[in-house]
Amino acid sequence: MSLKTSPRTTEYSHRTVKSRRTKPTLRDRYGDRVFNIAATVVLLLSILAVVYPLYFIVIASVSDPNAVYEGKVWLFPSGVTVEGYQRIFADSRIWNGLGNTLVYTVLGTAISVTTILCGAYALSRKDMPGRKVLMLLFVITMFFDGGIITKYLVVRDLGMLNTVWAVVLPSAVGVWNLIIARSFFEHTIPNELREAAQMDGANDFKFFFKMVLPLSKPLIMLMIMVHVVAQWNSFFDALIFLNDDSKYPLQLVLRNILIQSDVSSTGTTGGDIQSYAAAQRIAELTKYAMIVVSSLPLMIALPFMQKHFTKGAMIGAVK
Amino acid sequence: MSRTIPARRGRPSAAPMPQRKVSLSLRLKRISRAWQLYVLLAPALIYIAVFKYWPMYGVQIAFKNYNPVDGFTDSPWVGLQHFIRFVNSYQFGQVVGNTLWIAVLGLLVAFPIPIILALLVNQLQSERFKKFTQTVLYSPAFISTVVVVGIMFVVLSPRSGLVNNAIQLAGGEPIFFMGSAEWFRPIYVISDVWQNAGFSMIVYLAALAGIDPALHDAAKVDGASKFQRIRHIDLPGIMPVVTVLFILAIGNLLNVGFEKALLMQTPLNLSTSEIIQTYVYHAGLQQAQFSYSAAIGLFNSLLNLALLLFFNTVARRANQATLW
Repeated sequence: MSLKTSPRTTEYSHRTVKSRRTKPTLRDRYGDRVFNIAATVVLLLSILAVVYPLYFIVIASVSDPNAVYEGKVWLFPSGVTVEGYQRIFADSRIWNGLGNTLVYTVLGTAISVTTILCGAYALSRKDMPGRKVLMLLFVITMFFDGGIITKYLVVRDLGMLNTVWAVVLPSAVGVWNLIIARSFFEHTIPNELREAAQMDGANDFKFFFKMVLPLSKPLIMLMIMVHVVAQWNSFFDALIFLNDDSKYPLQLVLRNILIQSDVSSTGTTGGDIQSYAAAQRIAELTKYAMIVVSSLPLMIALPFMQKHFTKGAMIGAVK
Repeated sequence: MSRTIPARRGRPSAAPMPQRKVSLSLRLKRISRAWQLYVLLAPALIYIAVFKYWPMYGVQIAFKNYNPVDGFTDSPWVGLQHFIRFVNSYQFGQVVGNTLWIAVLGLLVAFPIPIILALLVNQLQSERFKKFTQTVLYSPAFISTVVVVGIMFVVLSPRSGLVNNAIQLAGGEPIFFMGSAEWFRPIYVISDVWQNAGFSMIVYLAALAGIDPALHDAAKVDGASKFQRIRHIDLPGIMPVVTVLFILAIGNLLNVGFEKALLMQTPLNLSTSEIIQTYVYHAGLQQAQFSYSAAIGLFNSLLNLALLLFFNTVARRANQATLW
């Protein structure tokens, strides 16, 4: 059965179409229904697999640590307590990290988005001499790079180690984002518009800032969100370029507490085994709360961001 | 022919032909007319010059004995010494093997799942359920790697973790997941799917939305079942996107997941979790063996590039979409 051919419906009269449709669909409806059910079950299971761990973290974060420890927490929190959250909010490292992350996110996003939008627009202009060669210069870096060692040495030679710049500059421009922005401009800004603007005496700057940018709001939103999420979640540049704890972004603070199990905040100094075990349980509780607190801002913003990210995928797919 | 072109490009003024001169001045005129575009591009160009090409220039230290006083250019050459040392080191087999293991396992498991999910989501009747599924499945992509690994540590904890509680409830012995070498790879791949499958799915859904609905109507008229339509319309329809993303995935095969592997490392699982990139990090940045680790990094980049070129050629031979 060749199904790849173009629609043949028009060849048939209305009646034949109808008679042809009813018979096979009746027969196949059973198969389709089985397929539908199977697909729905698979998707529901996937949803469960994604949601349950997150849900568990949330309920564990407000449960009595002993109940979690003994495996009594499955669907509902037990022995509700907010001690984990109290401990987090009393921890100055968290606040400090959060403050740093905000600074890095705002500054980094501003730098990245400005650079990408301006650069991508220039590269989208087919009348810019040398466009292809310049584009190639960018694309090459997608497939070959100097590695982290030489990057580290360059940042060190620039005197940026342990400064804000080491966090916001070395990964500022992703070529993939540049390509997405470029193809957005290519597809949404008609040439005629530019020619008309040029007739009216607008130069390239004027046209870009007064016409192109106001027409590119979806792209700008997408770029801002991509970079906010990336900066908020990034830790590696901070890990290799910063060595002063007071400059650590939230993610690096989280790493030290969640993964390296740095329990200094819980104040375990010696004591007997029992109080040590209790402190351990409190530390675990704090970890659950910490996961919730650090992920919550983006999760709340998610429904709002979804629209833009889906659009972004469309732009990417067009390319 | 191929020889004359670079020569011309290299010395345009050396060509005495009057025609060339005209075109050169014309070209300069065009360039000067577009100066504002170059200004717009300048920040991005400066960025790649400083943070991409300068480090690339610095890769020469892989063949040198780097010292900070002499810098990239003047450090003394030592040839392939660092590469030979790496290949002969006892970690070589283990580190390369570990890298290939998680890269290939990740590709085999994590690449097809978003495609399957997209095909399933795409044929859902209810728009609302479709949207809900999409949102839920891709939400973990917004959780940071640090937090995802943090979740692993708490959920898989041998003392109080959710998974071990369930195992004990079923009568099994608790497993120290994060401290066992055998469990590193499964956890790595499963968490990768958990975090990223939903997000990767979006691109395929976008491609599926671009398929002409008339094809589906026609197939329905011909009595095709849902499965047949997915097999013969949807799948061929998104094949170009699949191929391009596959080649891109190959191109990044040895780079992805480095941060996660680093975060997941514990002293007990190093025999499977030490991959080329984490080894570079440990040898280079923690032990300051810059030249040696740069050589290993270069080895990794070249291996990656070779894989990319190979698969792009394969795709072209098979008349599929390619990157260039």
